[in-house]
Amino acid sequence: MRITIDNLTKKFGDVVGVEDLTLHIEDGEFVAFLGPSGCGKTTTLLTLAGIYKPTDGVIRFGDRVVNTVQPKDRNIGMVFQSYALYPHMTVFQNIAYPLKLKKVSKADQHDRVRQVANVMGIGNLLDRRPGQLSGGQQQRVALGRALVKEPDILLFDEPLSNLDARLRLTMRGEIKHLQKNLAITSIYVTHDQVEAMTMADRIAVMSGGHLQAFDSPDELYNRPKTQFVAGFVGNPPMNFVNVEVSQANGSYVAQAEALQLTLGAERGEPAARSDGEVVLGMRPEDIQISDAGDVAGEIFIVEPLGREDLIDVRVGPHSFIVLAGAETQYQAGDPVKLSFDMGQSQFFDPATERSLLWRQ
Amino acid sequence: MSQRQEKREAHSRSAWRSHLGAYGFMAPAGILVIIFFLIPVAIVLYLSVTNLASSNFTSDLARMEFIGLKNFRTLFNDQFARKIFFNTIFYVLVTLSFFNVGLALIVSLLTTHIDRNAGFFFRALWILPRITSPVVYILIWKRMMAEAPFGIINQFNEILGQPTFNYVSTNPWVFVVLVNGFIGVSFGMIIFTSAIESIPRDLLNASLVDGSSKLQRIRYVILPLIRWPLLFVVTYQTLSLLTSFEEILLLTDGGPGLYRTEVWSLTAFHRALSNYFGNAQWGYGSAFAVLLVFIGVVLAVIYMRVFRFDELVAEPRVEAL
Repeated sequence: MRITIDNLTKKFGDVVGVEDLTLHIEDGEFVAFLGPSGCGKTTTLLTLAGIYKPTDGVIRFGDRVVNTVQPKDRNIGMVFQSYALYPHMTVFQNIAYPLKLKKVSKADQHDRVRQVANVMGIGNLLDRRPGQLSGGQQQRVALGRALVKEPDILLFDEPLSNLDARLRLTMRGEIKHLQKNLAITSIYVTHDQVEAMTMADRIAVMSGGHLQAFDSPDELYNRPKTQFVAGFVGNPPMNFVNVEVSQANGSYVAQAEALQLTLGAERGEPAARSDGEVVLGMRPEDIQISDAGDVAGEIFIVEPLGREDLIDVRVGPHSFIVLAGAETQYQAGDPVKLSFDMGQSQFFDPATERSLLWRQ
Repeated sequence: MSQRQEKREAHSRSAWRSHLGAYGFMAPAGILVIIFFLIPVAIVLYLSVTNLASSNFTSDLARMEFIGLKNFRTLFNDQFARKIFFNTIFYVLVTLSFFNVGLALIVSLLTTHIDRNAGFFFRALWILPRITSPVVYILIWKRMMAEAPFGIINQFNEILGQPTFNYVSTNPWVFVVLVNGFIGVSFGMIIFTSAIESIPRDLLNASLVDGSSKLQRIRYVILPLIRWPLLFVVTYQTLSLLTSFEEILLLTDGGPGLYRTEVWSLTAFHRALSNYFGNAQWGYGSAFAVLLVFIGVVLAVIYMRVFRFDELVAEPRVEAL
């Protein structure tokens, strides 16, 4: 089912939940709404579910305008962060609930619940109550309940946030697999950019009730159109530093206190066009600690992650997070040299926070 | 003294000391229960087996006689006791089901399904009867229902050219139940409302997304989840209605006629403290009170067993997700 959101605004009194959101989601697509708490992603989801009525704008499922359609008439399945299983019903009754409301015959209910439960690997738990299940099992039941009525659209509201890290990884894969197999148009709300990057076909990055970007994970990572997106997508986050870019002798130079970096015309030219300071963004993996480097700094702190070390290097007044192999033996206080891969640099206008390299 | 003995003694002393805090915290409530419940019950129990009455009351209390179960025999042979007993059951059942539970449930469901502030406003309205002094409250009712030309409703009847009624004397039960019911709604309403509002938002949204209408959601999700508060209100309000009499006293005083709206607790009051001709039968009235205490305690124990209130205290059902 194709979902078309045009100029959607939802206000609660004077408080703006989401403002002027326009988003077109293709049939069978898996879209993630990504953003920090209070960015409007859950508001948008609940408006799509029909729990909230839009203040303004139009939502279409296919060609049908659903602004005032009751949730029960939208044929959507939804999975909640808290699982939202009915504590007084058994697993069977929980999954059968949407069917019971649709007045499906008892025999059919039985068959379909069994079938979904087997797909979800919870066929042996049907007589239990939610209170007797682990978090992962509860989440499977919640997924089963969302799938059993064969919905046109699946909505996920941070479904993995309450699971432990290991289980989250497993479920992540399972949900993605399931979604691809069933080809149900899905919207997945999360504040975890790893989840969004790994699962979604396209990511809608939101902040303060506004859409910041709507692109594929690749595009968002390599060609961020705003500083917010650049900082939010990627872990560890991008380093930002204010620099002045100028042209000298055919090459471009980005300068700040204790920092002088040469860059090519491809990125240097649009960056130099703006007068005064611009924001330089560098991903941690694009800065290397190497003796050949031309920026001198001092190690402030080393955070071992096992596979690699996260190193905070101070260069004058600036701080850069850098990734280094775990085999390196750096200590806080060591003087080091940094080499910047300026081919991967990003530049933003400090006033508008828009990218100087990639136009919207 | 052996070392082990010493140790044990030190242990029991420290155990007592470690419980001291708990006893300290229980003391205020404990003292209140003793002074205002246990001691009065003991006194009433004692009075119920004596013939103490204003007719034989002298400064010499020693002349009060112990007469065993005579008061209870008189009570069971009282030609009106049966009527009063069934009056009480009728009054409690009707008020409880229509108002203290029924209307309370309806009001809390309605006010939790509308705008929050509007809901709060209507609930506040329903609390007014509870916080108004009973005398003032009954006076309001009496003024509304009074005969022509005093009663407000009868004034409207006159304006509209309808016949006028003496409402309270033609339909005394309707008013006894209405007057008490309007007070009784607020208790259940508060309990039910807080129970409904403590149901996680996600659960309520999930039900709508799963395909239920608002009414189906009430039936399949909300009502099962507030089952325990429901049982609690039924229990508590049964006991509360059994012993309430001041509104009936002020409204009909058990009339009109002979014991038409007299209930058990009102009889205890009438016999013991407010008899005709100033003949207060303290001992006989106590016998009525004792039976009421007995019925109350038995009901309380049955309710606790049947509804397993210990479990209710142990874990809040609504939060158990």
